Amino acid sequence: MLVSYNWLKDYVDLSGVSPEELADKITKAGIEVEHVHKLGEGIKDVVVGYVKSCSQHPNADKLNVCQVDLGSEEAQIVCGAPNVAAGQKVAVAKVGAVLPGNFKIKKAKLRGEVSEGMICSLEELGIDGKLVPKEYQNGIYVFGDDAVVGEDALPYLNLDDYVLELDILPNSAHCLNMIGVAYEVAAILNRSVNLPDPAVEEDQTLAEQKIKVSVEAADAAPYYGARVIENIRIEPSPRWMQNRLIAAGIRPINNIVDITNYVLLEYGQPLHAFDYDHLGSKQILVRYAQDNEQMTTLDDEERTLQSSDLVITNGKQPVALAGVMGGADSEIADETQTVLLEAAVFDALSVRRTSSRLQLRTDASQRYEKGIDRNRVVPAANRAAALMQSIAGAKVLKGIVEQGEREVAPHTIDMPWTKINDVLGTTLEADEIASLLQRLNFNANIAGEMLHVEVPPRRPDVTIPEDIVEEAGRIYGYDHVPATLPEGESTRGKLTSYQKKRRMVQRYFEGIGLYQAVTYSLTTKEKAQQLTIQAQSEDQLVELSMPMSEERSTLRMSIVPELLDVVRYHMNRQIPNLKLYEIGKVFTAKQKPLTDLPLETEHAAGALTGLENIQSWEGRQQPVDFYSVKGILEGLFEKLGVLDNVKFTPAERDLLHPGRTADISLNGSAIGYLGQLHPSVQKEKDLNDTYVFEINLQALLEENVPETTYRDLPRYPSVTRDIALVVDESVQAGDLHDIIREAGGSLLIDIKLFDVYQGEHLEEGKKSLAFSLQYLDPNKTLTDKEVNKVHENILNACQERAGAVLRN
Amino acid sequence: MKEQLESLRNEALEQVNSAEDLKSLQDLRVKYLGKKGPITEVLRGMGKLSKEERPVIGQLANEVREAIESAIKDKQEHLELEKIKAQLAEESIDVTLPGRPVQSANHHPLTAVIEEIEDLFIGLGFSIAEGPEVENDYYNFEALNLPKDHPARDMQDSFYITEEILLRTHTSPNQARVMEAHKGKGPVKIICPGKVYRRDTDDATHSHQFMQIEGLYVDKNVRLSDLKGILTVFAKEMFGEDRQIRLRPSYFPFTEPSVEMDISCFHCSGSGCSVCKKTGWIEILGAGMVHPHVLEMSGFDPKVYTGFAFGMGPERIAMLKYGINDIRHFYNNDVRFLKQFKRA
Repeated sequence: MLVSYNWLKDYVDLSGVSPEELADKITKAGIEVEHVHKLGEGIKDVVVGYVKSCSQHPNADKLNVCQVDLGSEEAQIVCGAPNVAAGQKVAVAKVGAVLPGNFKIKKAKLRGEVSEGMICSLEELGIDGKLVPKEYQNGIYVFGDDAVVGEDALPYLNLDDYVLELDILPNSAHCLNMIGVAYEVAAILNRSVNLPDPAVEEDQTLAEQKIKVSVEAADAAPYYGARVIENIRIEPSPRWMQNRLIAAGIRPINNIVDITNYVLLEYGQPLHAFDYDHLGSKQILVRYAQDNEQMTTLDDEERTLQSSDLVITNGKQPVALAGVMGGADSEIADETQTVLLEAAVFDALSVRRTSSRLQLRTDASQRYEKGIDRNRVVPAANRAAALMQSIAGAKVLKGIVEQGEREVAPHTIDMPWTKINDVLGTTLEADEIASLLQRLNFNANIAGEMLHVEVPPRRPDVTIPEDIVEEAGRIYGYDHVPATLPEGESTRGKLTSYQKKRRMVQRYFEGIGLYQAVTYSLTTKEKAQQLTIQAQSEDQLVELSMPMSEERSTLRMSIVPELLDVVRYHMNRQIPNLKLYEIGKVFTAKQKPLTDLPLETEHAAGALTGLENIQSWEGRQQPVDFYSVKGILEGLFEKLGVLDNVKFTPAERDLLHPGRTADISLNGSAIGYLGQLHPSVQKEKDLNDTYVFEINLQALLEENVPETTYRDLPRYPSVTRDIALVVDESVQAGDLHDIIREAGGSLLIDIKLFDVYQGEHLEEGKKSLAFSLQYLDPNKTLTDKEVNKVHENILNACQERAGAVLRN
Repeated sequence: MKEQLESLRNEALEQVNSAEDLKSLQDLRVKYLGKKGPITEVLRGMGKLSKEERPVIGQLANEVREAIESAIKDKQEHLELEKIKAQLAEESIDVTLPGRPVQSANHHPLTAVIEEIEDLFIGLGFSIAEGPEVENDYYNFEALNLPKDHPARDMQDSFYITEEILLRTHTSPNQARVMEAHKGKGPVKIICPGKVYRRDTDDATHSHQFMQIEGLYVDKNVRLSDLKGILTVFAKEMFGEDRQIRLRPSYFPFTEPSVEMDISCFHCSGSGCSVCKKTGWIEILGAGMVHPHVLEMSGFDPKVYTGFAFGMGPERIAMLKYGINDIRHFYNNDVRFLKQFKRA
């Protein structure tokens, strides 16, 4: 809402309050003033001039040479505007003047003729071209006779005004009009409001002889009133009205349309003027449209209607979309002589549905949607009629032809007045509270413990006691509310065990050099299904019904594909070493179409590429490989106390290297994978060797792990024996490890694989695995004999179950 | 014999003195003091001496032996010291060369901000409640006093999956869930951090996905002044002890009264700069007293209970705190960006 400071002065005494101060006060009281626009900013030395003569430029067809009286002096000005003529009063930028954009006017010669200044168009004076009235769009602005030659031109054009731009939220719709703003400002300044008093001199002829009004859809049109106005002379509206409309961001059209817009801005009451002679009948019928009924709106768009759209008809065809836009057929034209002026109340929801379905947001629909003041319908109609009388010389027929109740009673709220202090934490007295509300022109009375408030219909947003608390509070000023600490029962704040563990996981990854990434949950349908832990079908995808783009159309089922995009981002920027992890949710539909919320599971994923170490002057370069990633995960599992229950098994997965991928299971159920990207995927995405992992973090962290308990430190020495076993290449280290673990029994306390060898001195197709085995008996010193026995057991088991041979 | 011993002493001491390493010193020890050495020989030949001479020569021989021994010992100590010195010189390194880098990374700045806020509120007795990112229309809107046709739904155009299911547009739906779970009995003291989604085109100041932290405190006799007190603690903790706050009336459908909280500019301390757009104040968060409809819908009796709620954007706070000018940085995950928050 654009509020002209000069216009506002009509209703509230603003003396002593500058536009900036006013903006600050309005903001503090609850409606944010986003900007204070100073009109005419940057303009200097533009005066009213009188064009004494105007003749064709001797050397240029399209230029005129004008002699212009500037009051104290006379100037010759070359002007290219087609509408310039002798006898006009115009806005002249004198030599030395400055126009918006720091455009300085200098004495010049144009095709041989001296030009001492410039005759200005409205656009040259900084007025948005979209707001310039049609008659001045292609030329200079022309004043009426009242302008005094030589005087500053800016006040005549209201370019000495300030416009406050208010950000209107749903609860401040009452400030979508000047009177509403006036009430607000009066309350803030504790001053009074002066409302316009429209006095209409009605003609003897009864309006009801000209028009009949009936409403079929009373639910959607609780009041419909019409006035008939004759003897209209269509012409541009007077300068003061044009100026105010322009300040409010509305382009002046003609006197009748301008008056309806002006009253809309003033009262917040949308009005519509029909060309009576083009209505096509002498009746107005308000009804719902029929499905597929057609009409052409003022913007010359053919609209197909639905039965939920409310329309104004002439008994047969629609002539307007109620509360949204009029029809083209009955539009006010230059020949219009008689006007049917509509002042009605339409249901907010009905207007909102139609305007949003047709994507047709108008000044009228915007106000209806947010609720209008019912009690202003008739005053607004009268105000418009009076203006038509005074400006357009019209004759207003007697009476308003109407259906429905004109006025509604104020809404009343009764509450204990102490509630205001209870909620705000203030210590206001009863009479202070009443006077705060009276400043808003609410009728407020205190009777004992109770506060009785009558809320005028212009404030439909105030309905419950809490609204009264807010109104009293904001006029009182939140600056005056003390800062206290809650006095209620104290509570213990803490992280859940899950939240604690998740923080630990974050710190673990970061502690070993993985940066935390946060990527988007929405991705492409294709990527959503890639690299998931468990195979997913398309039925499990969670897709947006109206995505903004394919790129962000589907919720992810895995994180790794997003991290790969981040890796590629870095490759494109020549950053080859990267270690990232992310913790976030993935989404799986339980059924399709979705009737329940999808399953959300928290995952941890990572992507690593380039060097494992940070290269230093020593030149050591250790590239990231499968085992660096596996080590990271094993370390994590150990930290979470589940390492012994985790198994890595060789796996083949789409997009991953078939020989360098492992599935990870926890107590037998799949919880993730790690692996290298398939070389062809790396090539396609232009990546170096890249290793990824994804784990169902939720399953991992929700696993029950016994509490840590202390074990006595060994009192007897342990014995370490190494064993090197030659096995077929195909035998997996993990299998051998398991055999050793099983055969070793309770005396075997640690197994370390310390060497893997293949090559010279070994038979083709064989490899050697060397383990260091540690034995300990917590109760006594082990003898060689005892150790030998277990060690032999292990060797035998490896021979039997894995065909292992002791290496010489 | 006496002369013999004297010259032996002189000769030995001279040789010991000029020994250059421990090896030759050891050789001298064997040569002069060994079993086949000259002193032993002298002692052995003592039998031929007269009774009177014997003790004199014996004593002299012992003196010579001791002198040589002592000289060797001194020399040995000296040479060992020399050796260590040489070793130290040889082992010296350039201590100004950089150390071997240890790898450590850090939180994403948004996580850092969220964690800081979480810890602050945990200290004030709040718990952390997380909820689903895909929500029912009911929890996201209706339970928050935003019925289907409410005009405020305009303000948050949303990503719907079905007519009833959408990506949450704020973390408030979880407040409704937690209140429901409390079955009408307070106190409820939670903060809800998490990802939220809105139909915005990504640019420097908009992101279709972003973070939010909402707080809720429902109990008997909770007042707007308590909100002001808690938010003052928050502002000082996050932005510095000198911060002041101001509450401005605002509008949210789920609170009544509703306020926006500004803090005094931490950059210019209120004198006006580009950070605060010359106003001296920076808008930080929205808050208010929980709307009675919201309490009621979630099973709390608004005649008995009141509460306050607040909501803020970690992106905005991080942008202000660190001077970040483009919200997309948070989601590009450029490691050169992430690395800058080592201390966060």
